[in-house]
Amino acid sequence: MLAYVAKRIAFMIPMLLGITIISFGLMHLAPGSPTELYTEMNPKVGAEFKARFEAYYGLDKPLPVQYATWLSKVVRLDLGISFSPDKRPVWDKITERLPITLLLNGIGLVVILATAIPLGVLSAVRRGSRFDRVTTVFVFVGFSIPSFWLALLLMKWLGVDLGWLPISGLQSLDYPSLSPLGKVWDRVSHLLLPVLVSAFGGLAGISRYMRGSMLEVIRQDYITAARAKGLPEGKVVYVHALRNSVLPIVTLMGFWIPALIGGSVIFETIFAIPGMGQLFYQSVMSRDYPVIQGILLLGSALTLLGNLVADVTYALVDPRIRFGRS
Amino acid sequence: MDRSRTDFRRSGRLALVLAGGLAAVAAVAGCSREPGGERAGPPPAPAQVDRSPAYGDTFVDASIGDASNLIPMLSTDSPSHAVSGLVYNGLVKYDGQYNVVGDLAESWEVSDDNLVITFHLRKGVRFHDGVPLTARDVAYTYRVTMDPGTLTAYRGDFEPVKSVEVVDDYTLRVTYDEPFAPALVSWGAAVLPRHLLEGKDINTSELIRNPVGTGPYRFVEWTTGQRIVLERNPDYFETDPNTGMRLPYLGRYVFRIIPDLGVQFNELLAGKIDRMGLKPLQWTRQTQTDRFTRQYDKYQYLANAYTYLGYNLENELFRDVRVRRALTHAIDKGEIVEGVLLGLGEPATGPYKPGTWVYNPDVPRYPYDPDRARALLAEAGWRDTDGDGVLDRAGRPFRFTILTNQGNDQRLKTAEIVQQRLKAIGVAVEIRVLEWAAFINEFVKPGKFDALILGWTISQDPDLYDVWHSSKFSPAGLNHTHYANPEVDDLLVRARKTFDRAERKRLYARFQEILAEEQPYTFLYVPSALVAVSNRIHGIVPAPAGISYNFERWYVPKALQKYAETP
Repeated sequence: MLAYVAKRIAFMIPMLLGITIISFGLMHLAPGSPTELYTEMNPKVGAEFKARFEAYYGLDKPLPVQYATWLSKVVRLDLGISFSPDKRPVWDKITERLPITLLLNGIGLVVILATAIPLGVLSAVRRGSRFDRVTTVFVFVGFSIPSFWLALLLMKWLGVDLGWLPISGLQSLDYPSLSPLGKVWDRVSHLLLPVLVSAFGGLAGISRYMRGSMLEVIRQDYITAARAKGLPEGKVVYVHALRNSVLPIVTLMGFWIPALIGGSVIFETIFAIPGMGQLFYQSVMSRDYPVIQGILLLGSALTLLGNLVADVTYALVDPRIRFGRS
Repeated sequence: MDRSRTDFRRSGRLALVLAGGLAAVAAVAGCSREPGGERAGPPPAPAQVDRSPAYGDTFVDASIGDASNLIPMLSTDSPSHAVSGLVYNGLVKYDGQYNVVGDLAESWEVSDDNLVITFHLRKGVRFHDGVPLTARDVAYTYRVTMDPGTLTAYRGDFEPVKSVEVVDDYTLRVTYDEPFAPALVSWGAAVLPRHLLEGKDINTSELIRNPVGTGPYRFVEWTTGQRIVLERNPDYFETDPNTGMRLPYLGRYVFRIIPDLGVQFNELLAGKIDRMGLKPLQWTRQTQTDRFTRQYDKYQYLANAYTYLGYNLENELFRDVRVRRALTHAIDKGEIVEGVLLGLGEPATGPYKPGTWVYNPDVPRYPYDPDRARALLAEAGWRDTDGDGVLDRAGRPFRFTILTNQGNDQRLKTAEIVQQRLKAIGVAVEIRVLEWAAFINEFVKPGKFDALILGWTISQDPDLYDVWHSSKFSPAGLNHTHYANPEVDDLLVRARKTFDRAERKRLYARFQEILAEEQPYTFLYVPSALVAVSNRIHGIVPAPAGISYNFERWYVPKALQKYAETP
């Protein structure tokens, strides 16, 4: 098992390298250049500024040299300096936003799992019932509604008309002067709408997977056998069937690891949440190469890691795979 | 592309900005106030409420984008300038009437040959860290701006300067090689603290995120993507002559980042922000509720921007001036103002804003007249010989494509209206909408377009050498349509060397006349800036420059204050 994991990790390195080469190339193929933010907007900026800017960041060198420079810094864990006027280290810009995105996506994921798995299981157990049909409609409505639209409506209703919840942002202006309990409520109330809206949109996927996988398992012979030997229905469903049907969800979780750090631009824009989605979008729009590369590197590393984790957990959960490999 | 509020009031940046959008809520003429929606006069309030100026309260501003860099000369985005404008001062600034007045400079003299400006600085001005400001700080600001290592986009402002001498702590002498009319206002650039920057790399200075200036507000905190907080500078040099109180009045300034305009509007309705630039539809349809009029006053004034239809003059189709005049005659500008801006704007006739000193109202206009347009085109040889509804000449039909940028709904609507009107006179127009970077780099700069709909911001100083002089053809310059006229070249060069305003006005009046005769652009419209401000804010004096120019005099009477003083 350990050897297997080690081999997989070793194989990740050339893959990562390939990903960075492709993304680096694609980025430079896109029209536009990072100096445009400064020069296009201002007639008083001459070609001389462009030259100075390019020299400052080494953009005047050939692409392979630029890539090699970037790579040699990355292996020393230095992602470089952003091209944007703030000139901050890319690492700082990412780590300042990462906790916010992780928190939101983390809570969102927990809410989705906590809701979707029971919904899926119950729908499968009571297949064709009114509950099943209502649930199906409900989760697909959530899946189909544009989240920005739902968010705006809820904001208008709960934030403006009723005034119960804050509208956007992560903190009230008077946050520092609130009591400890007030601070907790302030945090929670700001997160409530974003988490609910994002969870509503994510219910369909997991609950459908869960339902499908549960249905499959329930049809198996060993479930019939369990019923035949007189086990109570609850035990049949929630112990024997559920454990086996959760397998595909576990695999899915592996793919969710990279998604945890990726934010949605639209969503973050609506709720004025300074997360990863906005950072990535802005850096693409302004051709901020170091930030783009940094986020892509992080994302692809996590994707590879996620795949690995999925495979490994799969092996851990499913004895057939575990014993088959060793 | 809409950037939020543009307020170069204090930084004195005179950049002509390729207006990516029209949300520029800056300075202007003909400002009207609409207190509490439709009501006239001040909002009713109990007579016993004391409305005299008072300290305290917080002003919550909103922006769709975060600032990038709070050293003004290192950034070009309007959020950065909106915040740093409150933290820094220049030597001079514009007042509400677009006059250049002293800021850090108490007075100045211009030599008879217009080559030397001597500034006399205010005494007793301190940076927010307590260190006194002297002429050496100004000289440093000049030096660091010109330093080849500094990544500033504003070097051009100081390029014509020959030398800067510190005469004594409070006197600075600037010498030019030749007279340069925009010279004086270029010293509106923010003065930086020498003691914190000299000998360090300004590009990575900690002042980028923690600015120290002399302005009415000092920096408190910046939470990336969420807000920037400033607090009143109790040591500010200016006092209100009416009350004898030290300015500014408002205790705190919070700059909230709310990227979506719909959400910003929700925040406004909920009373959580104190100022917002409105869209025409919001102005006319969504701000009539009692709840809104109880909380806000609305201000309307012409924005510092205009939208135009520019013709590629290298293109055979547009070489003939009669054709360009015909096209302008065929377009109903009033209809565009009604349809696109819901009447909240004015037809444009030239590159300056109606109501400003430089604007020439007596240029030839081209009223909507399709018959006259057809006649002019016929004169130029364009007739519909094959009866397909499209004019042709020598076998070539009159077809062209209008390009515009993605994300600007007003420009797209304008293009559609123009398309319909030109179809009516037998000109076939196609519309192509392009992403901004590709639009500018692949089409506008290399001259690969027939016609385009785009906007310019109108700078406070009327020098337009960079846009209209024949030496400024794109791709290197900003003369995208390749307009060349020897008389215009001469007028532009002379006008930027002339300090006398009456003489300058005369030169620019002729310049506008020629542009109007030649119609290298069909100047379309100047939109109105539409701003809602909480009505607890007092001291707003609408002026040609808009409302924000005297922000440090805005106050909230004690009885109306909303936010408690923070310890």
